[in-house]
Amino acid sequence: MDAINIAAGLTGNLAVIGYGLAAVGPGIGVGLVVSKTIESIARQPELASKLQVTMWLGIAFTEALALIGLATPFIFPAA
Amino acid sequence: MLLEFSHLPLAQQTQEFILSVLNLLANAAKSSGTGDEFEPPTIGEFFPDAVFFAGTPFELNRIMMIRILIMTVLVVLFWLWTGSFKKAYKTGQVVPTRFQLMGEISLNFVRNSIAHEQLGKKDGDRFLPLLTTIFFIVLGMNITGIIPALNIAGTSVIGLPLILALAAYVTFIYAGMKKHGFGFFKNSLFPAGVPAAFYILVTPIEFLSTFILRPVTLALRLMMNMIAGHLLLVLCFTATHFFFTSSLVEGFTRAFGAGTLLFGFAFTLFEILVAFLQAYVFTLLTTVYIQLAMADEH
Repeated sequence: MDAINIAAGLTGNLAVIGYGLAAVGPGIGVGLVVSKTIESIARQPELASKLQVTMWLGIAFTEALALIGLATPFIFPAA
Repeated sequence: MLLEFSHLPLAQQTQEFILSVLNLLANAAKSSGTGDEFEPPTIGEFFPDAVFFAGTPFELNRIMMIRILIMTVLVVLFWLWTGSFKKAYKTGQVVPTRFQLMGEISLNFVRNSIAHEQLGKKDGDRFLPLLTTIFFIVLGMNITGIIPALNIAGTSVIGLPLILALAAYVTFIYAGMKKHGFGFFKNSLFPAGVPAAFYILVTPIEFLSTFILRPVTLALRLMMNMIAGHLLLVLCFTATHFFFTSSLVEGFTRAFGAGTLLFGFAFTLFEILVAFLQAYVFTLLTTVYIQLAMADEH
């Protein structure tokens, strides 16, 4: 069985794959934000509270993309 | 749901089942429910049937009633808190009671670590009433997502997040207009230090991100977090119910129910964190938008 046949046999909602793709970028993004914050706190522990606030902001902005991805299948439902 | 696969061997049956679990939306129409099949959660969770005044503009469903309940609880709580503050002030009592301390800690959290930290003492106190209101409304409405018998967040339908985002939107534009007049729009649409030709590119992007995406993402972030959390919890617990009670599950497969129950419990704890975090993030972003609007030209 080649790949085309397997793909043709699959049933389900394409939106699931779409959301999976939409979650990749924000996942990497949030990881970068947190890792850099940890690095910075390790370098300068006295700035921890300030850096954490910035970290939450960065996470909130990055995460918004994943959440928009989550919203789209509800807005454009499968035909 | 498993009924249609029951002629297949068990391994394939499980595979089909997992696929059908992932396929949340397409199954919405099929879940007629004989009690034995697995019914995945649908978006219909957030549009329950009307309880009172059906058909009128004042239609009340479960979520609206939860919102009204939480508003009442918040109003009573704050009334009692301010009462205890006043009493302590009048009697000159230095040691706070337990209840009073709870209020002081909660209110001080918003004032010190959000408002004063970002806006400074003077401007922080100016916008403190709004920020406190937003924080406690969001927190109260979020936390109903994990309170037994309520089980759905008041913020998981767009209305409330939209109103809160609108309040934040109006406030940061007001703050900017008050400080800079119409220069606020000039500052935010035509940022200084950019070569004039680039304004063709920069201005539409700035307009989109400042005046459209800010309120939209504020509302969507809150609502989508609550929707995703609720759907995850429902998925875990309906799966547990299915594995433990359904006659379609046989033998060892029932043990999966323990796993889903554990996941459900873990996600409940995670939802408490998310409820606090979203309240914090919403308030923090509002504060930062106000602060950016009032910032001098940069």
